[in-house]
Parts: sequence; structure tokens; C-alpha cells
Amino acid sequence: MELSFTQGRWNYERWGGFDPVPSNNAKPPGVELWAVFDVPHYQVDASWKNLTHALSGLFCASINFLESSTSYSAPQWGFHSASGNLRYGTLPREAVCTENLTPWLKLLPCRDKAGISALMDRPSIYKGFYHSQRLHLTGKGFDSDGVDSGIVLQQTLTVVLQPNEKRTPVTSLETKFQPSWSLTSIFGRKVSGSCVLAKSSTVYLQLDRDLVAELKNLQKHNEIAVAENVNYEGLRSGYGFQLSVEPDKVLEEVNGSHGTSPSLLYVFSVEKHSESEPFDLGLTWKIPVAWSCQQAPLHASRFLMGSGNERGAIAISFESTRLSEWLLHSDAIDSCELPVKIFQVVPWYIKVYYHTLQVYVDEQQQAISDVVDKIHVSPSEDKVSPGMMEMILKFPCRMKSAVATLEFDKGFLHIDEYPPDANQGFDIPSAVISYPDFYSSTQFGDDKSLEALPILAKFQENNSVVSYTEVLLVPLTTPDFSMPYNVITITCTIFALYFGSLLNVLRRRVGEEERFLKSKDAKKGGPISQFLSKLSAKLTGRPLETPQSPTSTSSSFISSKLILKVVLVAGIAIVWHFYLE
Amino acid sequence: MAETEAPRPRQRPIVRLGIFLISHSFSFSVVCCTAGVLALLLLPILAKNTYISENALMPGSANPMLSNQDVLEANRFVKDLIALNSKPRGSGIESQRLIAQYMKDLGAEVNYHKFHPQITQFHPLQFFSSPDSGTVERNISCSFHGVNTVGITRAPRGDGKEAIVLVTPYNSQKIKQAEALSLGTAYSVFSLLSRVTWLAKDIIWLVSDSQHGEYAAVSAWLRDYHIPMFTRLHTVNAETCPDINYLYDVRDNSVTGRKIYDGFKRAGTMAAALVIKVVDRSETFDDNLNIYAEASNGQMPNLDLINIVNYLAVHRQGFRVKVEKLWSLLDSKWLKNLGELFESVGQVVSSINPQWKFGIPAADYTEGIATLASSLYNQALGVPTGPHGAFRDYQVDAITLELSPRASVDKIIRQNDFLLRGGRLIEGVILSVNNLLEKFHQSFFLYLLTSPGKFVSVGVYMIAFALLVAPLPMVAASLYADAINLNSSQNNEKTVADEPGTALRSLKWVNAAKKVFVVHLWGSVVSLLPYFICQIPNRSPTVSFIIWFLLSVLSFFIMFLILASPFSHAKESQLHLREWAILKSVTMSATFIGLCLMSVINFSTAELGGLLLVPMCLMAQPMRRDIRVGSLSTLSRLAYNLVFCLIGFPPVTFVLLKGAFEGFNSINVGDFWCWVESLWAWSSATYLYIEGILYLFGAERGSTITRNSRSEEAYLAICQLVLLILCVDSFRKVVHPHMVRTVRMLNHCIVLARSL
Repeated sequence: MELSFTQGRWNYERWGGFDPVPSNNAKPPGVELWAVFDVPHYQVDASWKNLTHALSGLFCASINFLESSTSYSAPQWGFHSASGNLRYGTLPREAVCTENLTPWLKLLPCRDKAGISALMDRPSIYKGFYHSQRLHLTGKGFDSDGVDSGIVLQQTLTVVLQPNEKRTPVTSLETKFQPSWSLTSIFGRKVSGSCVLAKSSTVYLQLDRDLVAELKNLQKHNEIAVAENVNYEGLRSGYGFQLSVEPDKVLEEVNGSHGTSPSLLYVFSVEKHSESEPFDLGLTWKIPVAWSCQQAPLHASRFLMGSGNERGAIAISFESTRLSEWLLHSDAIDSCELPVKIFQVVPWYIKVYYHTLQVYVDEQQQAISDVVDKIHVSPSEDKVSPGMMEMILKFPCRMKSAVATLEFDKGFLHIDEYPPDANQGFDIPSAVISYPDFYSSTQFGDDKSLEALPILAKFQENNSVVSYTEVLLVPLTTPDFSMPYNVITITCTIFALYFGSLLNVLRRRVGEEERFLKSKDAKKGGPISQFLSKLSAKLTGRPLETPQSPTSTSSSFISSKLILKVVLVAGIAIVWHFYLE
Repeated sequence: MAETEAPRPRQRPIVRLGIFLISHSFSFSVVCCTAGVLALLLLPILAKNTYISENALMPGSANPMLSNQDVLEANRFVKDLIALNSKPRGSGIESQRLIAQYMKDLGAEVNYHKFHPQITQFHPLQFFSSPDSGTVERNISCSFHGVNTVGITRAPRGDGKEAIVLVTPYNSQKIKQAEALSLGTAYSVFSLLSRVTWLAKDIIWLVSDSQHGEYAAVSAWLRDYHIPMFTRLHTVNAETCPDINYLYDVRDNSVTGRKIYDGFKRAGTMAAALVIKVVDRSETFDDNLNIYAEASNGQMPNLDLINIVNYLAVHRQGFRVKVEKLWSLLDSKWLKNLGELFESVGQVVSSINPQWKFGIPAADYTEGIATLASSLYNQALGVPTGPHGAFRDYQVDAITLELSPRASVDKIIRQNDFLLRGGRLIEGVILSVNNLLEKFHQSFFLYLLTSPGKFVSVGVYMIAFALLVAPLPMVAASLYADAINLNSSQNNEKTVADEPGTALRSLKWVNAAKKVFVVHLWGSVVSLLPYFICQIPNRSPTVSFIIWFLLSVLSFFIMFLILASPFSHAKESQLHLREWAILKSVTMSATFIGLCLMSVINFSTAELGGLLLVPMCLMAQPMRRDIRVGSLSTLSRLAYNLVFCLIGFPPVTFVLLKGAFEGFNSINVGDFWCWVESLWAWSSATYLYIEGILYLFGAERGSTITRNSRSEEAYLAICQLVLLILCVDSFRKVVHPHMVRTVRMLNHCIVLARSL
């Protein structure tokens, strides 16, 4: 089982994407949880629910939202090579904060009171570009032997921090140093001794391959006079930079197939340090160096296409980094192929049409059968399950760029399915891109030291290189949430009008009514009109006319009189208003 | 007769009211039209003060962080940019490289975006197809390239789902002082934002290359952002242009080591966009800020965006905020008098009851009317007032801020102050938008501005329109009823055995509708003609306009001979008056429907169209009868009709307007063609409208020549089709979110109903 809380994005271009650190520890923003269950098939979903609830209670996070079947999926082979008992779910919008870190720290033997974890000053951690806390549980006891029964818990905290840099106006580019740092300047705390319960407590400092190569070059340029064999020693002690604490050990990567210089690993043991002599590792640069981290074979990014509330398209673009060229230079480069595994989960309200998959390699459209090696799609089911796509693409090694696009329709949600901030849009979780042919293992030094250093064992694991793409934000059609009120009023009005007129039509017998009205008119046109007609008849001395004309005259008479009265009252009111106030 | 009168003294009140209105349709229409025009003139008085509706925005809640340090750096940048002008070699490329270098030093991701501005072309079916329907392969020369420079600052702790766009258009060939200042303002903000930790949305700074027009560059970038083309067509012959490749030559020399990426960088969904421009107008009083908001087809950005800009500019940075006005209206005498009249009315009202707030000072009123008129005009024309219009096509709220400094900005202190205030204003706006959790949805989308701080909402201005068009159905109904009565009386006079006549009577309107339809058909043919005219090479605007005119007249005759003659078989008898009445009622109802539909989509077009069409509809009478009768009233009516038709004829309107504003000496027939062409290029709904009135006039002319006596009215019919086309068009083009949502909701309901 693995649970990760992440804030920020891993910048694959600047911080690398090939080494064990990024490919194991770089995670998508928000919460990611996957678990493999060792239970019968029909119990998997139930135990997943239990797990999400337990974790959500433990970590004060809304992991329980992963319980509903619309939010998790069961990848077959796209995400992990595990069997069908794997469940995978992400919550891209989950905000990560100290309340999630504290339970995580509680799992450590000394919390953040002693040892390296004392460095975890909350403000400085959360000030950084990226931080990701990870919890990895492996059950060992369920193996057939049952020898070493138990559960191994790995806790990882990955933080990318920017050294405090005094802002100086950049006058010339040439003299700009990369910032020097020390643990106190970064974290604001010092490590004084190790936790009593800890078996070992070690700080590692790794110099990237590129950096080492760069330093070597610089050294060669500058110290041509010095004998060649000294160079290497100089590098080991640190050329171009100075460490404030002497390393206990310097390990060098056992160079595998890679053609560049090995990366260096400095090992510092915290145990020897005490309260009086706190451990404060610092690094001061003496010469300006520029290097870049090792990239994954392809740089993957994902974006949305189209606009409007109706449809759109997801595009995953791959840009070749130079890595694949030098990694595979020995092979026949024209015939070689670069497999890329894509695992993508899409919520059900994004209705992806998987048949619209189009792949462009080097700006030319390719037939799907030529590029797609293996594909497994489980289409989404409305309000039941998300859509999931696992796919292996085979690109030629020579390729510079490739794009895969999928079109989708935006669906409608029921009014109570909208989240409170519906107008922000809806997230499509990160796609997982992995390169099955590339392994991010790094072998360090001599074998006997490995038992003591679990992190090196971790580095040596043959994991394939994994990277995550960006989370996408899809604006969906959102109703005006004051609309229900309007709808209710309008519908009620229409219903009232409809039923009223219908009832009227059904109830009324036109012929009879007319007869009735006629008789009524013949008898009397209302008491006043009758009276008036009589009066007028008396006044004029003429006999009573037909009821029509007197009524009309009298009614006009009345209305003119009425109007006169109204005008009079209004005039009085206005005059009163004017002169009395 | 006698027995039909007697037995219905009473009817249901609503029916009685209807009958009353119909029988008094003349006075009713006069009253309603006057009230409609009056209500339109009253709008500035009814305007409400704007308020910030979305609580999350919180403008001005934080102190601006932009410091003098940033401004000094921006100054250096501006100086470097201007220094490039003196260099001999292509300053365009140099300036782009310089900008990219500066962006890169701030730690932003930089890329160049090469584009070819889309050649505007008449295309008849463009309206009915989606905007991305294939680009035409053209032979593009290198000189026709534009290069946008794009810098993206990633929010340090954000998840990169959303972005805010800053746009600074500048002409890469020749950088003026003002343009350099606008770049400097944006740079100072950008350099601040690359350091701050509070960003939640990525910031995109688009330095658009406006040598082919400001709009073209921005829309090309947006097109590639949203609807990218993955095929090779897209980057055709970029390699052959030496100066483009030169951009990338020196990309590796930086110590920071990051290269300029030659792909297309993206940063999530756009939340809002600000276009920053500085113009050197040497204002006398104060630093000025002009806000332009109108996008294509009368769409407006959310009012909240304007509100925060207005609030920050006025209350924090001390700018004088303005919205575009029709300046010529400010000096007009009658408006002043009207304003004074309203003012005195307001004084009387307030003296009666001080609680009633009615009336504003006359000067405010005149300004309000001028602003309102320009707002109406721009919305009705449908041509965006700046590069921000391109964003609205992708449902991104955007406005253009045009800063103009007091006095000239030569003095360095003055310039620093200006940069600081402009920068702080933009910083504040970005801070507010950054606070936003959801996209803009709280405030109004349908509104008219009467001043930067006052607006008229949709509920108010629709009253004026409703009053204006209300007479149309009434008059149509009364005409129809009269015609029927006339018919029945004639039937009675003749023989009662004339049964087919009575059967036909109910179908009379079908005949009239046919006629209307034929005229509409002709109208659509005329509107398609420019496409064919465009195929003619080497045409001048004047020639093409004449060709267009001749062709449309020709097509009218053809249409008349083929289609209209079968319908005009009716005898020239006394029946013809009744027929005419039915024809008129049909056209009026059609116009009414069209205007109402149009008002939902683009209010301003409908309002202006209503002002022209409604009097025309109401007053039109057969010409021959007027001549025959020859009394003073009929002759004056005739003259009125002719004048109105003339005014309604768009070239004449155009010439009149132009003459009124610029003087008559600079008028050329070809101008009209250019104007229409530009409207078409913007795919403006008004284009079709103009077309509509154009063939309306054509029909009128035709009818005066050929069938002088009868279907004068036919020309009115044309409006219907025009307006219907408008509706369809706007539906497709505008993709107004509400609109589409409504339609889809309806569809949804239908589907649901079926499934039930």
C-alpha cells in the first residue's frame, strides 16, 4: 500500500526525472493511494473501503471520498505490475497541510523531537516549492515461508526548497553564483544527535552525474598544470565547493551502461554529533557551475484542447530529451523502439471517446496499429465507475516529439453532485507515464556497505522510470445555483396557468353562459347603470332605450367622474406635500 | 351583423384588453415607441453603482509589494529596449532576444511562438462551421512572420491548473517609448511575481508582436494554445527564414544553462487576461486609465473584472479611469437640454419626497449618454475594441488597460513614478484574480456601462427594448383582423356560395409568407455574393462594391422573374389592399420574432436594429396609393417612408455617419466595401445585419420599379431572415456559455423525457 500527500508539482525539467528520487518520490498533487489486497477477489472492494476510512481517520484527510466507486479504478497492468487486486485512486484537489504531517510524524519513533526529523520546521517545509509525504507499507508475512512475518513501513518526505537568497541586482550573468546553503539556513534548525530509538541516522548528499562531470571539466580547465591523478582526489574532497562537515564516507556510483561520470554520494552520520556540537551541514560554492538533472527519456506533458462547454480533447505530448539517444546508442538506432506506458483515469462526467485516439509522431499522423502496442480500456459508466485507459505506445527512438489526443464530451451532473466550488471546474487526475525499458537503479560502492544503508538498497531496486503529468482543469457546464428557485417559480406559474385554463375550458358551457349573460343583460346591467338609465330617462323625458347605449354612456360617465375624483385627490395630496412639509 | 353585435357585451378581461389594444393599435404603437425611446434615454439615470460581487476577490486588501527596486530594473529594461532602435540590424529579432533574455533571468520558462497572421477572407460558410475548419495552405514569405515571446512563471506551490495572462503588444520593428514603457510595466510586475510565494495560478506574460496587428498576434497564440495543429503544415518553412533561426543561435550562452524551449509551453486553463498598453497622449490633468472591454459580437467580460480594476485604480493608485465615449455627443446641444430637463425633473421629484433619488446632474447625464452610446455602438458592431477580444472567444475574461501618463514621460522621476503606479495597479489586479477560487461567475455578463463606476443591468435595459418592439405584434394583429373582416364583408357582399374563398381566407397568410420567403432567399443570395467577388483578382474596393451592387440588382430581377411572378398572379383588384395588409402583418410578425431572438444574443444590435426597423415597419404604406390620393398627409408619409428607407440603406447610413464625424470631403464608395470587409473578417453579426438592410433596400427599389403598387412591404420581410441568420450565426460563433448551456439543458430534458 502506498499513500502520498503532495503539494506543488515536481518540475521534471529542472529537478530531473530519471534518478531514483524523482521516479519514486515525485507524486501528483493532492492525495494518491494505491493498495494491493491479498484477499479473495470479491472482498477487494470492501477492504478498499475499510482502508480508505481507516486512513482518512488517521491522517485527517478526506481520503474517504475514494470510497465511492466513481473515484477509484482497478488497473490491470498499466500502473503497477501487480495482479487484479490493485486499487488506485487520487484526489487531486486535496489540500495538504500540517494537520496531515503531524499524524505522519507520529509514526516516527521520536516524532520531530530528536534526530533528523528535528529539522522539520513546519514553516520552512511548507515554504518550499514542493513537498510530498509518503507512506509505504509492505506486508512481508504473507509470503509462503512466513519466516519474517511483519509489516515494513517506509516513510518518505520529499521536499524541494529554495535556499534563502539575498536579492542582489544582477549586473552581469557571468558572475552569478548558484546559492550556497546549509541546513540551518534552509530549515532554521539544527540536528543535535540522533534519536535514541534509531538504529542509524544518516544524512546523504548526492552530487548529480552532470554536476560531477561539469566539475571535472572545470577542474581540468583550471588546473592543467596539476598532475592528472590528483584531480580525482581533489574532486573527492570537493572541488569548487566546500562542505562544512567532513563526510564519513564518499561513495561513488558503480557505473553501469551510462557513458558519463558517476554520481557521488557523501554520507554523514548524525550519531556522533551531540547537543554541544550540533550537526549543521553546509555547502558553499566557490565557482559558478551550471548543470542539469538527468531527464526521463521523454518529457511528457498533458493539456486540454478546445474551448466551450460542449466538447474538448486531452492531448499528451512527449518531447524527446537527449537521454534516449545516448542510452541506446549501442543499438541500431533506426530500428529500436521506445515503449511508453500510459495509465490514465478519467472521471465519468468526462466522456472520452477512445476510438478518437490519434497519435502524431514528429508532426505526422500515424496509424494506431503501428504505434499502439497494447491497450486496455474500461469505459466509464455514468455515476458508477470512471473511465480508465492503459496503453503501451511504441515510438521510434529517433523521434523528436509525439502527441496522443483523445476527444471527449462534457457530461452533465445532477444538481446535488456538484461540489461547493463547482465553478472552478473539474479535475482530471494525472496520467502516469512510465518507461518499461528504463530502470532508475543506481548502484553505489562496494557491496558490503549495503546492509547498513537501506536507502542504497532502495536506490538499487529495479523500478522503471515513472513520471506524472499535470492535473487538468475542465470547466463543465455549471448551473446557476440560484436557478432551482427560478425553475420552481416558473414551473409553478406555468402549471397554474395551464391547469387553470384547462379547467376553465372543461367546466364552461359556452352556449348556456351566453344565454345566461343575455338574460342578465336584458334584466339589468348592474344596479348603478340601471338606476342611471332610469335617471337619464326621467331627465330627458324619453322612454327607456335599449340597454346597450345607456350602459355605455353611463359607464363612460362614471369613468370620467372617477378620473376627475382621482385627479382631485392626487392634486390635494401633492399640494399638501408641497406646502405642509 | 346586428345579431353578432348584440350577444357579447362581456368577455374575459384579458381578451377584452387584447381587443382594446388591437383596436387602438395606432395610439398604442405611438405611445410604446415614444416610451421605448424615452426609456433608452433614461438609462443613464437608472444606472446603478457597481459593486464587487465576488467576495473572494478582496481587491486592495494587501499592500502592494512592488518596490522601487523592481522599477529600477524595469527602467534598465526599458532603456535597453529603446537602445535597440539605434542598432542597424533587424531590431525585431534583437528585441525579442532581449526580452527572452530578461525573462529567463527571472527564472521563467521562455519560448517563442512563430505565427502567420491569418489572412482575412470572405468565406460564406465560415459562419456555419466551427472556427477551426482547416487552414488554407498559403505561400508565406518570411517577412510575414510574427514572433511572440512567451514567458511563464510557475506558481511555486500551485498545482498549475490555472493561469493568468498578461499581454503587452508591441511593434517589434520599431519600438516606441510608450510601448517600451508598457513592456517595462509588465516586466516590473513579472519580476515581482517570479519571486513571491503567494501565487496560486501560473502567470503567462505574452509579449505579442503587433507588426501585423495587435489582435492577430494574440489570436494566433490563443489558437495555438487551444486548438493546436499537430501536422507539419503548421510550421511550414520556418526553417527557410534565416532570422527566425537566428533567435535560437545564441540560446546556449547563458550560465543558468536553461535553453529556450522551441516547443509550445502551456499553463493550464486561463482564469483572466489583462492587456496592458501605454499610449503617449500627454494628458493634462492626471494619469489616465482607459478600460476597453467589448469583445466580438457584443460579449462583455464579467463586470467584476472591470470593478476591481476601477476600484484599485481610483482608490489605490489615483488614476483617472475612463471608458470609451462618443466624444461628438458630448458637445451636442439637445443632449445638454435633455440633461437639464431631467435634472430639473429630478429636483422637483426630490423636493416632493427626498427619499426618491431621481435625476443626475446634466453634465453627468451627457457623459453617461456618450459612454452608453459608444458601448452600444461597439457591442452592436461586434468588432472587439482591442486584443482582449480574442480571449473572449475562448471564454476567458479579458480587458485592455490603456494607461496614459500625464505630461510626457521623458523625465526619469516621472517615468519611475508612472511605472510604479501602473505596476502596482496590475499587481493588485493579479493578486485579486489569484485569490479567486472559481472562475468569474458571480457578477454580470450582460450590462452596459454608463461610466466606469456605473452600469445598467440586463433587467433594466430590456424594458426599453420591449417597449420599442411591443407595437409590432399588435399592429400585425390589427392589420390581420382588419383584413379578415374586410374579406368576410366582401364575401357577404358577393355571394355566400363563395365557399373556396372562405377556405382560402385562413390560408391567406401562407401566400404572404411565401412571398416573404422568396425575398429572404434573394437576400441570402446577395449575402453570399462577396465570396465570389473575392475570387476576382486585382480588385479595388470601389470596383468590387459596384460589382456587388450590380450583381445583387441582377439577381433580384432573376429571382423576381423565376419565383415571384407565380405568386403575383392575384388580380389587380380591390382585393389587393387586403392582401397587402396580410403581407404587412406577416412581415411585421417575422421582424418581431427576429428582433426578439436577436435581443437575447446581442442586445445592442437588436436595439439599434429596432430603432431603425420599427418605425419603418409601422409607417410603410403602398406607394401608388399614396401618390394617387395625393393629400398632404399621405404625401408626407410617402416622403417619410422614402427618407427612412434611404437612411436604412447601410451605405447611406455609413456615409452619413462618416460625414457627421469626419466631414464629407473624405468619402469614397470603396470605403463601404472596406468597412463591410472588416466586419466580415471579424465575423461580426452586424455584417449580416447590414447585408440585410442592403437587400432590403434593393427589394424596395425593385418594387418601386416593377410592382409599384403592391409589395412595398416585401422589403420588410427581409429583415426576418437576416435576423434569423444572425441568431444561428451567433449561436455557432459566440458560443455564449449561457446560451449553449440552455440549449443543452433543453436537449437533456428532451432525452430524459424520451427515456421516461
